[in-house]
Amino acid sequence: MPGATPDVDEGDDPNDGVRIDMISGARMEGLTGMEKIRLILDGVRDGNIVILEEGLSPDEESKLIEVTMTEISPDDFTGIEIETYPKPASGNQSFLDKLMGRESTQKLTVIGPANRIETLHKDENLISTLVSRK
Amino acid sequence: MGLLTSLKDSISRVTDGLFAADEPKRIGIYGPPNAGKTTLANRIARDWTGDAVGPESHIPHETRRARRKENVEIERNGRKVTIDIVDTPGVTTKVDYKEFLDHDMDKEDAVRRSREATEGVAEAMHWLREDVDGVIYVLDSTTDPFTQVNTMLIGIIESQDLPALILANKTDLADSDVQQIANAFPQHETIPLSALEGENMDEVYTKIAEYFG
Repeated sequence: MPGATPDVDEGDDPNDGVRIDMISGARMEGLTGMEKIRLILDGVRDGNIVILEEGLSPDEESKLIEVTMTEISPDDFTGIEIETYPKPASGNQSFLDKLMGRESTQKLTVIGPANRIETLHKDENLISTLVSRK
Repeated sequence: MGLLTSLKDSISRVTDGLFAADEPKRIGIYGPPNAGKTTLANRIARDWTGDAVGPESHIPHETRRARRKENVEIERNGRKVTIDIVDTPGVTTKVDYKEFLDHDMDKEDAVRRSREATEGVAEAMHWLREDVDGVIYVLDSTTDPFTQVNTMLIGIIESQDLPALILANKTDLADSDVQQIANAFPQHETIPLSALEGENMDEVYTKIAEYFG
């Protein structure tokens, strides 16, 4: 499946550091909503940080929260931390986009395991996070 | 035959529309955990029906199932608005049972509470996508509103074109900052209130009638 978590060199010890998957908009483009969510959650459940170049639509975000909740289990997976730049006050959609119902989803998004990523600071221009090792 | 079918469909659409207009609107009360959603739901239900919706608590995730109070009739300026209030579990992207251990719970109770909380949040998200006609978004005005959950939920509500009323709750507390919430969501009107003390409920009811009537 094109959306599966990318293969990595099995010789790498994940305890040596933190793996970051930066996923381009082009890679996400051909995936269904559920495939995108699976791609993200599979990576995060492996302890990785996933960075999406273009983020998710509001509907996909809603489903991501829902699926995350169904996968939380004690002493194993406590959920996700997710951060995007806040939408500017004026909104980031043109009048034509709003009229045509087109949603602008292009927003860099950082997602990681809730027990390993902590947001230190966030504003419209900067997301600062602390990522801990396993 | 085609003309008759088309006429029948048209009449059916008109009658459906008439009945739909009489049906109460389902208004979901959403927000992060501990914002005072159930306190507000109880306040509204007690003011207009005499009953409560559910128990309130300072422990996060006290509400773990969406609870509905049907046919709440709110009268404003000689006009009646009938709504079903849906009190939903606080939305979050993470639930760790260990947080509940700080509230005098043993591990078994904490794990059960966290499992119910996750089911409740999933249910709340489903309601938001499928089953509500409008949203009252409750925020604790003593805390930072610039959180990812708030940003995402407001985005989801806007993408569904649902009417949304933002309430800045807990104005009875000294460190309440309503302006901070107004600044976070300038595209929406922010109404201050204390659901606990019943402060500014008149304006809240006027806005409910205006937004959801």
